[in-house]
Amino acid sequence: MPDFTMPALGADMETGKVVEWRVKPGDTIRSGDVVAVVETHKGAIDVECFLDGVISDLVPLGVDLPVGAVLARVGGPEVTRTAVERARISPAARSRALELGLPLDSLHSANANGIVTLADVESAAAPRPKASFDPALMRQAIAAAMGRSKREIPHYYLSSTVDFGAAQAWLDDWNLAHEPIDRLLPAVLLLKATAVALTKVPQLNGFYENGAYKPASAIHLGWAVALRGGGLVAPAIHDADHKTLPELMGALRDLVQRARAGGLRSSELSDPTITVTSLGDRGAESVLGVIYPPQVAIVGFGRVVQRPWVVDAQVVQRPIVTVSLAADHRVSDGHVGGQLLAAIDSALQRPDGL
Amino acid sequence: MNRSEIRTLAANVLAGIAPEADLSSVGDSEDLREALDLDSMDFLNFVVGLSQGSGISIPEADYPRLFTMKGLLDYMTH
Repeated sequence: MPDFTMPALGADMETGKVVEWRVKPGDTIRSGDVVAVVETHKGAIDVECFLDGVISDLVPLGVDLPVGAVLARVGGPEVTRTAVERARISPAARSRALELGLPLDSLHSANANGIVTLADVESAAAPRPKASFDPALMRQAIAAAMGRSKREIPHYYLSSTVDFGAAQAWLDDWNLAHEPIDRLLPAVLLLKATAVALTKVPQLNGFYENGAYKPASAIHLGWAVALRGGGLVAPAIHDADHKTLPELMGALRDLVQRARAGGLRSSELSDPTITVTSLGDRGAESVLGVIYPPQVAIVGFGRVVQRPWVVDAQVVQRPIVTVSLAADHRVSDGHVGGQLLAAIDSALQRPDGL
Repeated sequence: MNRSEIRTLAANVLAGIAPEADLSSVGDSEDLREALDLDSMDFLNFVVGLSQGSGISIPEADYPRLFTMKGLLDYMTH
């Protein structure tokens, strides 16, 4: 019977604990269903299971488990009998569970003998922990991942200064014609331009694992979101190259909201094929990123600034953005990196095509 | 809406965006983005909340007038 295991929600995760089951033993699940909430240093993450079948043998809540540990089993319908077998439960636990309105088959024993005790019932009834993260834990996890990156990945860095005038003019027109809720941020054009550029330079979109580079089959941009109170998470915007600008804006708004308030999904943390960071309108002028392993590149956008710029032999004022790339020398060279930056530049000069 | 209603609306919208922020500690002439560490998305969401809560259409070109509470109150009561 296939196992549903503790997912690796990024290179910096070693353990996690299930703090809530969204299913009961015996429930039929479909691939992609959110079945559990796992607490990590990134906060509480909604974990999807990519198996079809009947789920059983759920691990107890609140136990720290390593990545890869079996959290439950998923099998065909024949397992239903054992899965819904009546829970063995102490009389005190049973009456407390009834009092709390907890279904008996939702209870799990934390004891070796498999008997559900009063303590198990109380722990099942405990409120779901707040979705927020522990800043100290998150700092440790960032340190571990970035330390590994700097030890193992021979980074090279490139940057280009790009005329954002055409993109800005397009954006101004769009935003003038739309109510605030439908307006777009410059970040959306930067994201789309990056996704489009990656379709032309696939050498930078994928993973370096076990001594070899594997290009990814889709473009899932990890979008770096700064968390209030410190910390950072870079969940995926799936298939960014196929999304329209308003769709990307919606995805971005939703992701930022869930990154901060809780409710990120496990696939969003494990899927990014490259990271993009944009510093926004109050950020620095440029950023040289640190690659998030096993990814092989990170693209950074500074704040859009007004600068003198030469157009047709005339110095004019233009909005300018500095685009940078940090990439893994085990996989590519500066020549390929330069092609990506050039493709981003070129995409930004034709905002109608984004 | 009068000034005090606008102020309440702004406080409510900001509480949703920056729950940990103490708006009462921010002076009326301080830049809200700096005082509350609002990024581009936060500020756009602030404008969305103000616009939807007041029915006032706020063109992007007017955003700088909303950077301080004083500017915001002047703008939205005229």
